[in-house]
Amino acid sequence: MEQRCETLIIGGSAGSLDVLLKVLPDLKADLAFAIILVLHRKSGRDNMLTELLRSKTGLRVKELEEKEQIKATNIYIVPPNYHLLIENNRTFSLDVSEKVSFSRPSIDVTFESAAEVFREALVCLLLSGSNSDGTDGSRKVKANGGRVFVQNPISAGSPFMPQNAKEHGNIDAVLNIEEIAEFINHL
Amino acid sequence: MKSARSDEFVDIVLADVLEVYGYDFTGYSRASLKRRIVRLYEMDKFVSFAEYRYRIRTDSNYFKRFLEEITINVTEMFRDPDFYRDLRTEILPKLGTYPFIRIWVAGCSTGEEAYSVAIILKELNLLHKSLIYATDINSAVLETASKAIISLNKLKLYTENYIDAGGTADFSDYYTASYSLGKLKDELKSKIIFSTHNLVTDNSFNEFQLILCRNVLIYFDRPLQNQVFELFDGSLEKFGYLALGTKETLDFSLVSNNYERTGAGKIWRKIQ
Repeated sequence: MEQRCETLIIGGSAGSLDVLLKVLPDLKADLAFAIILVLHRKSGRDNMLTELLRSKTGLRVKELEEKEQIKATNIYIVPPNYHLLIENNRTFSLDVSEKVSFSRPSIDVTFESAAEVFREALVCLLLSGSNSDGTDGSRKVKANGGRVFVQNPISAGSPFMPQNAKEHGNIDAVLNIEEIAEFINHL
Repeated sequence: MKSARSDEFVDIVLADVLEVYGYDFTGYSRASLKRRIVRLYEMDKFVSFAEYRYRIRTDSNYFKRFLEEITINVTEMFRDPDFYRDLRTEILPKLGTYPFIRIWVAGCSTGEEAYSVAIILKELNLLHKSLIYATDINSAVLETASKAIISLNKLKLYTENYIDAGGTADFSDYYTASYSLGKLKDELKSKIIFSTHNLVTDNSFNEFQLILCRNVLIYFDRPLQNQVFELFDGSLEKFGYLALGTKETLDFSLVSNNYERTGAGKIWRKIQ
């Protein structure tokens, strides 16, 4: 059974940047879907993260704007201190409501919102991190027919986040770091 | 609540709220609104959508709670310190040449931004000739705002923000602490008028030299954003300033030609 991927959302916290820096250079340049990065990070006006990730891939990397239309092959970064939600017309909505799991952006918020919009065409990947963000969202994604994968906790700088989703959420499979780029290229 | 049907439920609730209470949320960004309406449904443990709907329609006290929960009232003093630094060094000194300064904080929530502006005005020795109109759709948050109380567990953050924003005094000069609460000095409040105002349905009520509306427009769809920008345009004096949130822009609005972006952050100046 082959499921089409319309959007890949990658959630990450402590230890996830290293993984992204390893994975990005190996992604193919003509991905047929968009990638959205929901990363916990310090707030600030600088766009160092965007610059850093941009230097590792030929794909277009940008911090997303509110109401922006989601386009395939782009890599979008959620701005610090905002939650990201997805509208039915495939545009971004930002929200500064309460932190969820001590986080804003919250991976759960974006997973849950995207689950209802993209349904079977959503793929989520949860990387290294030290809190429980993403676990509730993974259940919502699965309940709507989407797919959820986690970084192998053994390979994670902070294993709690993928481990928690594996134990208490609902996931399809565990991926080793070396497998992630291939996996994305074949979605 | 089943997700496929929740979009439909949201439409019904919004139509009810408009019909019964006259609040129009139909131009709000749907994803965020839906999340909060579903969240309240789950939080208050309704057993059916019909029950939730009936409660909202018939119980005006419950509607107050609904209004408080679906509008977003997360704010902090000197949030985005860089913005307040720009206000202190670039914008307010220019307004200081006016005999009288009128400022509108639109969507002020519990008042933290209005008090932050008042502190900067005081440090620039401009507070005595300034008036801050702080408005929100939600009267409950305005009651909180007028109490001028900050919880002490936020003091560390506010003090850091204040320093990062270029504060020249001690933040502790501005409040008196008792138990777990801090009370902001009355002098700050004396120049703030808190009032309800609905950006969707209410008109312009004065002319200002500075309008702050930060992280409010992200909740509105494009047509409503445009409508509100026109309201601001009609409420701003020539050479007045409009300050938006870090992810908001005037660029796509119909009035953008009347403005130029200042060098500082998300602040625009009206030039015609």
